[in-house]
Amino acid sequence: MTTYADVNLPSTPESQAAALEARDIVVTFRGRGGGGQARAVDGVDLRLGHGEIVALVGESGCGKTTLARTLLGLERPAEGTVLVDGEPLDYSSRALKAYRRRVQLVLQDPTGALNPRHTVYEAVAEGLRIHGLTDNENERVAEALSLAGLRPPERFFLRYPHELSGGQRQRVVIAGALVLKPDVIVADEPVSSLDASVRGEILALLLRLRDELGLSLLVVTHDLGLAWNIADRVAVMYLGRIVEQGPTEELLAAPKHPYTRALLSVVPEMGRVEQVVLAGEPPDPTRIPAGCRFHPRCPVVASGEAATLGILDQCTGKVLPLLPPTGAHSAACYLEPSADSLT
Amino acid sequence: MALLEFDDVSVTYRSRGADIPAVRGVTLSVNAGESLGLAGESGCGKTTLTSTVLRMQPKSAKVTGEIRLNGDNILDMTWGQVRALRWAEASIVFQGAMHALNPVQKIGDQLSEPILLHSKVSKKDADRRVGELLEMVGLPARRAEAYPHQLSGGQKQRVMIAMALACGPQLIIADEPTTALDVMVQAQVLNVLQGLVKELNVGMVFISHDLSVLSSTCDRIAVMYAGKIIEQGPAADVFDHPQHPYAGALAGAFPRIGDTRYRYSPSGLPGDPPFPGDLPSGCTFHPRCPVAVDRCSTTEPHLVKHASHETACLLVGSEIA
Repeated sequence: MTTYADVNLPSTPESQAAALEARDIVVTFRGRGGGGQARAVDGVDLRLGHGEIVALVGESGCGKTTLARTLLGLERPAEGTVLVDGEPLDYSSRALKAYRRRVQLVLQDPTGALNPRHTVYEAVAEGLRIHGLTDNENERVAEALSLAGLRPPERFFLRYPHELSGGQRQRVVIAGALVLKPDVIVADEPVSSLDASVRGEILALLLRLRDELGLSLLVVTHDLGLAWNIADRVAVMYLGRIVEQGPTEELLAAPKHPYTRALLSVVPEMGRVEQVVLAGEPPDPTRIPAGCRFHPRCPVVASGEAATLGILDQCTGKVLPLLPPTGAHSAACYLEPSADSLT
Repeated sequence: MALLEFDDVSVTYRSRGADIPAVRGVTLSVNAGESLGLAGESGCGKTTLTSTVLRMQPKSAKVTGEIRLNGDNILDMTWGQVRALRWAEASIVFQGAMHALNPVQKIGDQLSEPILLHSKVSKKDADRRVGELLEMVGLPARRAEAYPHQLSGGQKQRVMIAMALACGPQLIIADEPTTALDVMVQAQVLNVLQGLVKELNVGMVFISHDLSVLSSTCDRIAVMYAGKIIEQGPAADVFDHPQHPYAGALAGAFPRIGDTRYRYSPSGLPGDPPFPGDLPSGCTFHPRCPVAVDRCSTTEPHLVKHASHETACLLVGSEIA
């Protein structure tokens, strides 16, 4: 059995299979009350390399959680493929069970994720029992707890969630994911319900898990500061599509897409840039606008700049191609000279 | 005279036969047209402190000091006077709008309830006022006909703000009004609140653990730790140049995007806040403080004016015992 100590994978070059990859994924839900079909994820390519931290950023309702659930095998895509180490994900229940040992989910609210009547030990050991790993249970739980920063682990075995602080609870949830020695962790808003002082501690823990164990991490968040803190790459999602992706430094220092620029301008600590507050919320995925799906809210269209540049017809009428999942910083926007030639 | 003044306010909860000090001697004031940010971790006493303004603290709590709204001490008021003051003079925007609205009642009916209770107006006038309130927070007046589940999180939070404004209060207390909202919606709600303070000349107390939100919304910030104010000053100064190590840790928790010091280096504060029933000696922050010296564990610091800030730290400014 390999232990974490001997795994130290460098980030994979693009030619190698990614830890987890989405290829042209579409996920649809039936609309309520005879409404149209909702295309929650509407054609997404996304790649998570070995030992890489990718932040998937977007507003509530943009489809980022649905995409994450699809990568975990919790939703089946209507079109497209999820690739795990280059192999298509097998949806037979036996294969899914094995898959879920390798890819673990950490949720936003640790208080809701933990059973209030289970001790820390039971919460962490539950995954082991489900997967029939009954040997050395005590040691495995202790190892996972100390990896998650709860030391000495024995002191926490018999504690109940209500006896722990918010940060400690999130550490227990992370320990529950680590106990199965996964390759990939998908974290959905891992710090948004935590106190400011705890936030940095949990982010430092996630970063350490990548550095020490070679874990790959997909963080779903609306928090661009979090991306700046820990992510290698950022993918910005709007209404079911990735609209901009690239290395964190480039994307956050010089965002190309007007949507990313707007998101960045409203981060409170960016007080010195002029705010672009978009009215309303992301439109309904049952009625995706024609052309660039962002055009009804786009400040470049609203200001008349798009018309001046002669791209307005494209913005409102011509569908943009998908962005490549890796490589150089790119945006799906007609302001970009390369947008027409994207494949 | 300030709109709201806390004068040496302490709140003690009685629990299992012991006295638990939740707020310990806080002096603060808010003027009309001014917004004060109150920052601190869960359990630092910020919600307890502000709940005393409307006398909403539980029966077991003992409050000392003076809380004056327009010069009148709230602690001396009769129950009837306190009831008249709620909504009409001071109101609260609660955290978690999704749980605070009644799911089976239309938005408009919920908004008109305090109006009908507090002022002698007809149902028709109240409905007109509801329309005005919704427009004030950037929602169309016809949304009065909607049920809460038909609104998004940000819209519900704006309804909560409209409700707090229903009877034209002079003071609004906003308790984590944007927690759980995402950045774009948060920006919309913050702009609404900021606009109201200036246009209606109301005073606002804005509670949050997020110093970056407070620095972009408020005029002044006060940081609380273990029931005490440990730093206060102009908002931008406290966020950009915090003097107390705890205020520094809170400010550092939210990275400046583009600043390479924060890249791959999230900063947090180890440890947990102390239990109010068992506070450390000396400066209550010393067990978690990265720069504590010996006397921090024996000498309790008091707020001392230093440049534009007031800071309670033995290592800052002129307080050398």
